[in-house]
Amino acid sequence: MMRIIDGNEAVALAAKLARVKVISAYPITPQTTVVEKLAEYISNGELDAEFIKVESEHSAMSACIGAAATGVRAFTATSSQGLLLMSEMLYVASGLRLPIVMTNANRSVSAPLSIWCDQQDSMTVRDSGWIQLYCENNQEILDTTIQAFRIAEELLLPVMVCYDGYILSHTLEPVDCPEQSEVDAFLPEYHYPYALDPEKPVTMGPVGVPEYYMEFRYLLQKAVQESKAKIVEIDHEFKKRFGRGYGILEEYRSDDAEVVILTMGSLSSSCKEIVDSLRQRGEKVGLVKLKSFRPFPTEEIIEALGRAKAVAVVEKDISLGHAGGLFIDTAAAFVNTREAPLMINFICGLAGRDVTSALLEQAVRETQRAAETGRVEKKIRWLGLQEKLVEE
Amino acid sequence: MAEAAFLEGNYCQAFPFFGAERRGAPVVAFTRIDKRPIRTHEQVYRPNYVVVLDQTLVESVDVAAGLSPGGIVILNSKKAPENLKGKKIAIVDATKIAIETLGVPITNTTMLGALAKATGVVSLESIAKVIEKRFGKLAEKNINAAKRAFEETVIS
Repeated sequence: MMRIIDGNEAVALAAKLARVKVISAYPITPQTTVVEKLAEYISNGELDAEFIKVESEHSAMSACIGAAATGVRAFTATSSQGLLLMSEMLYVASGLRLPIVMTNANRSVSAPLSIWCDQQDSMTVRDSGWIQLYCENNQEILDTTIQAFRIAEELLLPVMVCYDGYILSHTLEPVDCPEQSEVDAFLPEYHYPYALDPEKPVTMGPVGVPEYYMEFRYLLQKAVQESKAKIVEIDHEFKKRFGRGYGILEEYRSDDAEVVILTMGSLSSSCKEIVDSLRQRGEKVGLVKLKSFRPFPTEEIIEALGRAKAVAVVEKDISLGHAGGLFIDTAAAFVNTREAPLMINFICGLAGRDVTSALLEQAVRETQRAAETGRVEKKIRWLGLQEKLVEE
Repeated sequence: MAEAAFLEGNYCQAFPFFGAERRGAPVVAFTRIDKRPIRTHEQVYRPNYVVVLDQTLVESVDVAAGLSPGGIVILNSKKAPENLKGKKIAIVDATKIAIETLGVPITNTTMLGALAKATGVVSLESIAKVIEKRFGKLAEKNINAAKRAFEETVIS
């Protein structure tokens, strides 16, 4: 059924349709209405789940870890400072191979204090062993959150579904909401093979002495890297059942493109508009929308971008002292290949600064110039920066 | 508004700019309505219509900024303000209607009636349907407020 809902309601609805058994979360802007909606579902009997109230996000993730270890489907949602506060426990969740699903309404981090959108929060915890999937619109949020439970449970890995705060979390748009029976058929009841059981005691999270720790990390790295195939397989099955699929990345009119934009999240939609308008003028411009940031799909990225003359990596985050996280990883993907496209990193939209079509077109123009001249004048560009304010 | 447009077979998108709404502070929200799916997420810079819920904003904000040719400012006010001269405006005393109909000076649903009247983009019936769905037992009063605004809106 088509309904007009915002991104946060899409998350809450997906968690309900997934019949989560334990929810532990702490409210934080702009995620708050996810938690409110879930509490409402539980209180009016629509969802049979335990809601564990906690005093912080660190505890929320701890509660989810405990719940998941007993073998039930556990869910949490957060944003920004909340995600950073739980970062210690993120590593525990993945290290214990617990299939927790978390949604993150992307928001900038302090200081200065900001409640608005960028992707610094989830980018900061990219090394934690969580699968990270980014969504373009509210439909994709709903679909990805449902898929995330299947991915997590089949691989025994935690999954983080990321979507832009406000730009999606608080935007109303039409979303096709599946029936409970359809989701039940796609997402069977969960059975965790190593659930805590007093009858069959096991130790979880023992000391990893130097003789074994590296092997644990090796196996975790292998699991996250190889999760790509399973993500694709589950997406295919989802598409067969629901008619919608997303892949690990999406190539939009990029086949013969000389200049390609690479981005993640809601910017993808705005970029599709720009690509269409430039294509109408006969310009060979395309878009690659990256959905799975972890695992990072190196081969697919090389395949999708390798034919371009120049790539504009447009992102809402920065690894301070280096470059944007997406840019760094994309550049690394091309290491040891013979023909890498030129790349420019465009940092934009931090803390909700509006990324207008004019700004995106400016990024394309600069990248086209690089393609023509074969030279990149400045590798990292801040799109829409008020130069006057930062002059010495 | 977006949902009413959706009921009439359109695609829609609605979003606030200031997510951290607090009482008394000026906030902006945007709605797009189209026959085809809406993809862009940039804010609206060239609106066809601008709805102003509080007339005092007209003094501090250029509410008609970027208004497209033929665009209309739909204003909650007793009279047309001086600084909107030359613009097409639709005026309704929504505060009065809201106080008399709802008992509180909250004009959001009231102004939906004015918006329907001034633009014709959605029908009053669709607006009533959405209010019915969203407001439960408070729906009737709010629908009445929207209806009154629809009748009392003056377009100049």
